[in-house]
Amino acid sequence: MIMSEIINLTIIGGVNKDGVDEPIRSVDICRGEIVGIVGPTGSGKSTLIDDIEQLAQGDTPTGRTILINGEKPDANIRVDPRKKLVAQLSQNMHFLADMTVEEFLQMHARSRGKDEGLVTRVIELANTLAGEPIAAHHHLTALSGGQSRSLMTADIAVISDSPVVLIDEIENAGIKKQEALQLLAGEGKIVVVVTHDPVLALMSSRRIVIRNGGMADIITTSLQEQDVCDRITEVDNWLMSLRETIRRGDIVEGIA
Amino acid sequence: MKLVVVAGTPGSGKTSVLLHTIKALMRHEKKPAVVKVDCLWTDDDQRFKKLNVPVRVGLARDMCPDHFTIYNTEEMLKWAEKEGADVLLSETAGLCLRCAPYPDECLAVCVIDVTTGPNTPLKVGPLLTTADIVVMTKGDLVSQAEREVFRERVLEVNPGCNIVEANGLTGKGAFELGELIRSGPDVCDNMVLRYNPPLAICSLCTGETRVARKHHMGVLRNLDGFMEYKGE
Repeated sequence: MIMSEIINLTIIGGVNKDGVDEPIRSVDICRGEIVGIVGPTGSGKSTLIDDIEQLAQGDTPTGRTILINGEKPDANIRVDPRKKLVAQLSQNMHFLADMTVEEFLQMHARSRGKDEGLVTRVIELANTLAGEPIAAHHHLTALSGGQSRSLMTADIAVISDSPVVLIDEIENAGIKKQEALQLLAGEGKIVVVVTHDPVLALMSSRRIVIRNGGMADIITTSLQEQDVCDRITEVDNWLMSLRETIRRGDIVEGIA
Repeated sequence: MKLVVVAGTPGSGKTSVLLHTIKALMRHEKKPAVVKVDCLWTDDDQRFKKLNVPVRVGLARDMCPDHFTIYNTEEMLKWAEKEGADVLLSETAGLCLRCAPYPDECLAVCVIDVTTGPNTPLKVGPLLTTADIVVMTKGDLVSQAEREVFRERVLEVNPGCNIVEANGLTGKGAFELGELIRSGPDVCDNMVLRYNPPLAICSLCTGETRVARKHHMGVLRNLDGFMEYKGE
């Protein structure tokens, strides 16, 4: 199965934390769509993301099933990174591997069956997203939270380039979240993003509401909500520019 | 009777993964029994007992825990048979990484913790390289990229293995592992170890406690790698 052949992904509902059937029994997500996952912390948003990442077949604690183009995916698609359909940007953003950035990216490219020459491109892209520049010889374990997150974002865009992209709370990393989302979404991908951020939640066309471990509701972003999104994006960009000014060590007195 | 030998570095999550796997096996009408081998102390048997499966503990004490497991395999199988089990899960306490306590007619499972970093698969030795199944645990604590790099390293040293990504907290991977066990081999007589136990016949093996070199005899290896026989 190659990227252009992935038309849609279906989540078939399982059970919530009490073992009761979750209210939403089925969700179809099509190519090019960004779907949000919202809900209180601890409600089971990341669990839904994990189910999609593993292409669950009723064999995870939630009992959910994931279909690709309406069919059960092959077993080797679930595990072999060379055939993997899903790229995931997780909440865990600190690296534990004691290697340089270059060694790590080369090995990751190899594990995905990609050209090791992509490493330079990943580092360049990462450096457009956050803070102090990352260099090839830097040690992974010495990167800051924001640097790790931007490196992983770029890694997903370039090396793990997959038809389905899962993003878990990109906003907590101190990186340019809208740019990061656009970079990850690319062209014609299926994007699922867990978020507490109103801008990101409203940038999605629909959002799944999670409660007590189950999919409780699906809300389609209305035209009025899109207007709200435009307005808070302005506020958000203003806040971002203030943050950059303060980071540079400048004064913000005159701005308000 | 099927024999599953579960080995792995301390704290890698062998017991937690096994607990979930036992539940998965029982859902398929299998009757697992567990032997937990440890060096000095364990209370993991209490965790297994909660699942209402036959449990037995073996403490290796002065003996090498892997040698202890191998020496007692026959007795464990007899005991499991008597308990009416059809799968014996033997959890080992391998520590020094020179041995691999896997007989040929078993399902050899190596549990390895992803958070120990991608160089770990190169350090683990026969425990990993001669395993049929490699269970990667704690993958939820690292990024997908790091899991994939770790996986690549495992395949570098053991290209033919099945890799299962498991989580001892949520039970992820237990279903898959249960399936692999159900389709695994049955034990026969005359089992042979997959990997030679190492040379270890020096005066320290027989209880010498003095550190100075002049007190040591037997097959000994120098810091520079040179191995010699000292003695009569």
